[in-house]
Formats: sequence, C-alpha cells, structure tokens
Amino acid sequence: MHAFFIGISLVILFSVLLCLYRVLRGPVIIDRIVGVNVIGTKTIAVILLTGYIFGRVEFFIDIAFVYALINFIGTIAFAKYFDRKGVKHEGAAR
Amino acid sequence: MTLLSIAFICAGVFFLLMGAIGLLRFPDFYTRMHAAGKCDTLGILLVFIGLALYGGLNLSSVKILSIGLFIFVTSPTATHAIARSAFKNEMPIWTKEEN
Repeated sequence: MHAFFIGISLVILFSVLLCLYRVLRGPVIIDRIVGVNVIGTKTIAVILLTGYIFGRVEFFIDIAFVYALINFIGTIAFAKYFDRKGVKHEGAAR
Repeated sequence: MTLLSIAFICAGVFFLLMGAIGLLRFPDFYTRMHAAGKCDTLGILLVFIGLALYGGLNLSSVKILSIGLFIFVTSPTATHAIARSAFKNEMPIWTKEEN
C-alpha cells in the first residue's frame, strides 16, 4: 500500500506538470489563475497522500485544510481584482 | 475495503489526469474552465473518499471527508467567480471557423 500511495502521488505530480504549462504559457492572465487554482486543488491531495506515506495523517490533515482555505480565498481575491481592473485579451482565442 | 479504496483512488486520479489534459488542450478560455472546474472537483472528492475508506472509521477520516465537503462547495464557487470576471471583461468566445 506504501508503494501504491507513492505511485499515485507521482501520477498527480505529473498532472501538476501539465497544468504548469498552462500557467507559464497561458495567453491571458485569467488562464494563469485557473491553472494555479487547479494546481492548488491537486496539492491538497498530494499533502494527504504524503501523510499516509509517512504514517502520521492527523498532522497533515490540518495543513491540507489550511491549504484549501488559502487556495479558495486567493482565487476569489484575484477574481475580484481583475473584475475591477479589467483584462487585456489580445489573441485570447488562438 | 482496501480494494474498494484502491478503486476509488484510481478513479479519482483518472479524473484529475483528464482534467489536466483538458486544461492543456482546449482552444478557449471558457472550455478550459469547463474542463478544470468539474473534473477537479469530482476527482479530488473520489480520492478523499478512497483515503477515508482506507483509514477506517476514526477522527482522521471524518476530517478528510469534511475537507472534501469544503472543496465540494468552494471549488465551483471559485470557478464561477473567475468565469464571471472573464465574462464581464468581454473575453472573446471561440467559435468554429467557417471555411
């Protein structure tokens, strides 16, 4: 079961790599925000799997909960900010 | 019970991977958001259910399920807020070319 959790963590980290391409290359700033939100959601799962790998889940659960809160509030704050400021979108639909 | 949790976690990781590929490949902002929002919520919920089943019935699994409930509420809310901000800024919508 230990090796299974490590393998699952590696697969999730590979999908984080795919999202990182969207964060780096995204044509519009909002694409980057979506990519960061998705990466944060995947990170919560990786934190819990790390807790199961090291055998002390009860500490890592609180870290995962705080990470979920910060991810949500950060995304909402960015959405409100670009709602006010406006977004440049030349070449958004490629 | 271990086999059931392995099945749940594998299904969740499948959805997470498909969401990442959709985020990579779709042509438009709104379609990318469609892939990212839904696949992520379902995938992370399935992974959490699998982990809670593996841990058995104790305080840790109840906490894991409460984090899952929190994400089930907040992830579509965040996606909706970003999509609303893009729509109010008149982001262009992808259409099929006529040629």
